[in-house]
Amino acid sequence: MALLSKKDANLILDPLADNNPITIQVLGICSALAITAELKASLVMSISVIFVMGVGNVVISLMRNLIPSKIRIIAQLIVVATLVIVVDQVLKAFAYELSKTLSVFVGLIITNCIIMGRFEAFALGNGVWRSFLDGVGNALGYGLILVMVGFFRELLGAGTLFGIPVLGDPIAKTGLYSIGYENNGFMIIPPAALIVVGVIIWVQRSRNRALIEEA
Amino acid sequence: MKEKLHQLKLKYQGKKMAPAFNALHTFLYTPNETTHSGGHVRAVDDLKRTMNTVILALVPCLLFGIFNAGYQHYSAINGFPTDFSVMEHFITWDNFWLGAITVLPLVIVSYGVGLLIEFIFAVIKGHEVEEGYLVTGMLVPLIIPVDTPLWMLAVAVAFGVIIGKEVFGGTGMNILNPALTIRAFLFFAYPTWMSGDKVWVHGAKEGMTQAGSTDAISGETILGYLAQGNASEFSYSLSDMFFGFIPGSVGETSTFLILLGGLFLIFSKIASWRIMVSAVLGSLAMGLIFNGVVDAGWIPDYSKFYGLMQFDFWKHLIVGGLAFGIVYMATDPVTGSQTNKGKWVYGFLIGFISVMIRVFNPGYPEGVFLAILLMNVFAPTIDHYVVQGNVRKRMKRLKNATIFPKPSDGKAEELKAETV
Repeated sequence: MALLSKKDANLILDPLADNNPITIQVLGICSALAITAELKASLVMSISVIFVMGVGNVVISLMRNLIPSKIRIIAQLIVVATLVIVVDQVLKAFAYELSKTLSVFVGLIITNCIIMGRFEAFALGNGVWRSFLDGVGNALGYGLILVMVGFFRELLGAGTLFGIPVLGDPIAKTGLYSIGYENNGFMIIPPAALIVVGVIIWVQRSRNRALIEEA
Repeated sequence: MKEKLHQLKLKYQGKKMAPAFNALHTFLYTPNETTHSGGHVRAVDDLKRTMNTVILALVPCLLFGIFNAGYQHYSAINGFPTDFSVMEHFITWDNFWLGAITVLPLVIVSYGVGLLIEFIFAVIKGHEVEEGYLVTGMLVPLIIPVDTPLWMLAVAVAFGVIIGKEVFGGTGMNILNPALTIRAFLFFAYPTWMSGDKVWVHGAKEGMTQAGSTDAISGETILGYLAQGNASEFSYSLSDMFFGFIPGSVGETSTFLILLGGLFLIFSKIASWRIMVSAVLGSLAMGLIFNGVVDAGWIPDYSKFYGLMQFDFWKHLIVGGLAFGIVYMATDPVTGSQTNKGKWVYGFLIGFISVMIRVFNPGYPEGVFLAILLMNVFAPTIDHYVVQGNVRKRMKRLKNATIFPKPSDGKAEELKAETV
């Protein structure tokens, strides 16, 4: 017996590629622009969102028959806010430096459209296990793009990955820097993230032309 | 030669590389195809001829830039000549030779990389190579510092052509001026190579020293001096500024030659005189406002804006890249406004904002490229409101007009009723 049925597996796999929250649904762009200058921040942000979405979807799914539909947005907000505060406190306790880099953006996970979107679209109408898979799947799709963008921005912008120099030392002029290479300051600023996301969207849609929207 | 090319074209028709071949073929020769039906307006100014005219207008700037690169370099090393004469100190073989080996590689890399990408896109997408890059490739080397490393230029050109133009659908579809996109990319990606007092003179970045001393050579632009509040430190005369014997990007220094090029473009009806005139007016207006603020004593002379604010308003036009930007970049027919009224607004705001950025942001001593890019984005909006305004005006006219029924009107309606 497979671990997941095919239908359930698709809940995780679809958002990774053909129904990606960032490149196809174009949600959660704000944080994707703001924190992807470093790979480490992207990764931590992704893990935080995976936690919040996985647990959040489960909680909402459990309560889906109890929440009056008129106040469901408020109920959803309270669930996200609680989870985000947990993440924030954990980061402050165990990764204080990083939590300063991420600063308000962890708090702003609350307003990440992907989370409210999945609560509304999926968790309110589906069972607990499927909601969990959907939440984790979407968060993984989000995280995947974040890590890709973070990889290119940190590599080209600072010449490092996870803070470790991989292209040589820009001050001592070793490695690539000895032949005149320089870091690309453009990749550090947020507009570069928009362009990198745009290029990912371009590549994805030219590989799978069915994804192209009609003009 | 011509016949051979025509035969070759027939042979390769429908093959994958056909667009690349056709681009070279029609560059200098008229194709031998004729249309088979209908009446046609024949005109000699197709896209290639338009582009060639602009390039022709740019050649004097390029030549001047080559001599100026040498002049600035040798003057920085040996000291500026006291009795400057153009023939003796400027148009010399030494200057030309140094300029040629520093400037021409920029031109070659700009064209090589840019056209290669255009060819690749044309072959992949199966359309003809469009000529838009011919002008861009010439503009780019003229608006960057002389010592820009060639690989940086190559990266920036690739970015500008792919992200600035091809993703929008190629020549004629781009929102932003590709040459300025390339410059903006260089400016934000490698700021140490695009500003400061070390990049405008060849050799300064490598730490060359003055003859007979250990002082490193350097050359600050006039705007750079002003932004730092050191207005008294430069000794360039008005004619230096106007004729362009000053440090700056390769081809932007000579306002005189830019003016000639601009007149040439206006008389050949390639570029819009409305944009040029209104941009000049806009920059004068902003300059006048700043001069007024200084005259009224609203700003103390220790303010960091004081240096640029007290700079005579009309002098803004003859230093930095403002003149070059107005004549060659703001008038880009693709990215500028299309309506005549829109062109006035578009041009005015370019001049206005350029001077504003110069003064208020010392980090961007040259505001003109940012101002043009910003207005490129707003050009369709300006056009939209001009068109809307015209529609409203005519609607009003229609409402107020009394329409007398013509005898034929009734008949037409009867006919219509029958056919329906």
